[in-house]
Amino acid sequence: MSQIRIIARRELTAYFTTPLAFVFIAIFVALTGAFTFYIGHFFDRNQASLDTFFQYLPWLYLMLVPAVAMRLWAEERKSGTIEQLLTLPITTTDAVLGKFLAAWLFCGIALAMTFPLWLTVNVLGSPDNGVILIGYVGAFLMAGAFLSIGICMSALTRNQIIAFIAGAVVCFLFTLSGLDLVLNFFRPWAPLALIDVIASMSFLTRFEALSRGVIELRDLVFFLSLMAFWLFATVMAVDARKAA
Amino acid sequence: MSVMVEVDRLSKSFGDFCAVNEVSLSVRKGEVLGFLGPNGAGKTTTMRMISGFLSPTSGTARVCDNDVVTDPIAVKRSIGYMPEGSPSYDDMTVASFLTFIASVRGIAKSEIPRRIAILSDRLDLGSVLERPIEVLSKGYKRRVGMAQALIHDPPVLILDEPTDGLDPNQKYQVRNLIGEMAAEKAIIISTHVLEEVEAICTRTVIIGQGRVLADGTANDLLRRLPEYHAVSVVLPTLAAATAATVLRQLPSVAAVFETPLPEDRTRLRLTPRNGVVLLDEVNKAVRFNAIPASEIYLDGGTLDDAFRLITTGSANAAIHAA
Repeated sequence: MSQIRIIARRELTAYFTTPLAFVFIAIFVALTGAFTFYIGHFFDRNQASLDTFFQYLPWLYLMLVPAVAMRLWAEERKSGTIEQLLTLPITTTDAVLGKFLAAWLFCGIALAMTFPLWLTVNVLGSPDNGVILIGYVGAFLMAGAFLSIGICMSALTRNQIIAFIAGAVVCFLFTLSGLDLVLNFFRPWAPLALIDVIASMSFLTRFEALSRGVIELRDLVFFLSLMAFWLFATVMAVDARKAA
Repeated sequence: MSVMVEVDRLSKSFGDFCAVNEVSLSVRKGEVLGFLGPNGAGKTTTMRMISGFLSPTSGTARVCDNDVVTDPIAVKRSIGYMPEGSPSYDDMTVASFLTFIASVRGIAKSEIPRRIAILSDRLDLGSVLERPIEVLSKGYKRRVGMAQALIHDPPVLILDEPTDGLDPNQKYQVRNLIGEMAAEKAIIISTHVLEEVEAICTRTVIIGQGRVLADGTANDLLRRLPEYHAVSVVLPTLAAATAATVLRQLPSVAAVFETPLPEDRTRLRLTPRNGVVLLDEVNKAVRFNAIPASEIYLDGGTLDDAFRLITTGSANAAIHAA
């Protein structure tokens, strides 16, 4: 456990020693603002809620979270530090979890930086802050799920750009799998059970419920087990492709 | 427990390609093993397996009585490992990098500054401790790599090309350091520089195409050369033909090779039969026959020749060209 913490601390510091962290957070906050106020017509709706913020968040994550994850393993492999890291007395699982937690915490910090939006709705009206809190929890979980996919893609290549694109594509499929756009492709031929499975994988559907303040155990289990699955795959990928 | 590292029929295949093929060797405390071989011979792969980075396809290695296959963490704990090119996190400062390594290695927080101080003193890192690693010169980076390998004072040290890319002064410094530590530890270094083997290694293992080709002291390797104990005689070219005929008659001389030199001189290189010592006999013959030799010296071949002979298997390749 202490090994995981040491690695996570190093990774988190690594985000902040370069301007990357600040650029990322600035862009993230600016874009959430733009989506919420302009594209989401926050003021015209005349509602004291963060619905428009949460509505666009998955699409923003689709672009930005794979960017946070892309360097985690690809960079280690490219610079050769993976050899340094994995000859320390730690397991591959320690290293994967440490990196993941650092990236997740980083996404959490970025998410927390959107607090002015929350202040705004509280100044303008009296929103249900419980709903907003659950929305934030959902957003944090979704960031973790996107990250776990991204870190796995990063473990498969030494090229950060490929890691980014592959991560974004897989995240895109998971995001959309509940929409008719995807489901109509399966409906004419696939058995109903399979369609249900595909539909149940959708981040959008899960997150929509959370952002409306409906917290259900199965949604939490969904996000957590999805992370566990992708992190397990990451450990496998790192072990299998260490020398490549 | 004087055998610290025992490599037991270690093999590694990547797909169809067999990079390391049943390599066995052992290193005792106090030994510095020079690990030699042409590029691609499997040196780095072997070291990566001993240090627990790669898992072997078959066979195993035991380090301080721990098996790298069944208990890699214990093995990693007892090894200080410097990978080839000593990669490190470039955006960290030297001090924070060493602190990171020390904490992962389980060194108590209060103890870390003292360890870093000792190492920075020994490796001359004091002036760069607060600088990011990416701005350091190659020599400093390599010494940072050495420092991270030594920070937990490991009983076993594995260094992949520790002096590669260093200037002569830095090489000297690194070799001295290895020499100073040798008595206390079991050390494996891989290198291409054969003078280094003579300077610091107590034993040498040569591998080629994944197999151990030779295992012994530097002298054991030299003895394999046909020109071991050979003698060269330099004399005016005019006298060379006669002298060659006379010297070829000597009972201990196996062959005479003539090489033209500048200023109308010729070198005759005499190789011995069965590796006997020739110098005395040649000296006498030169005096007795009044051969006008300007130089007579031992010319028994170098480790480079032995290396070439062992790794290419060709005796011709080992004959002095120039």
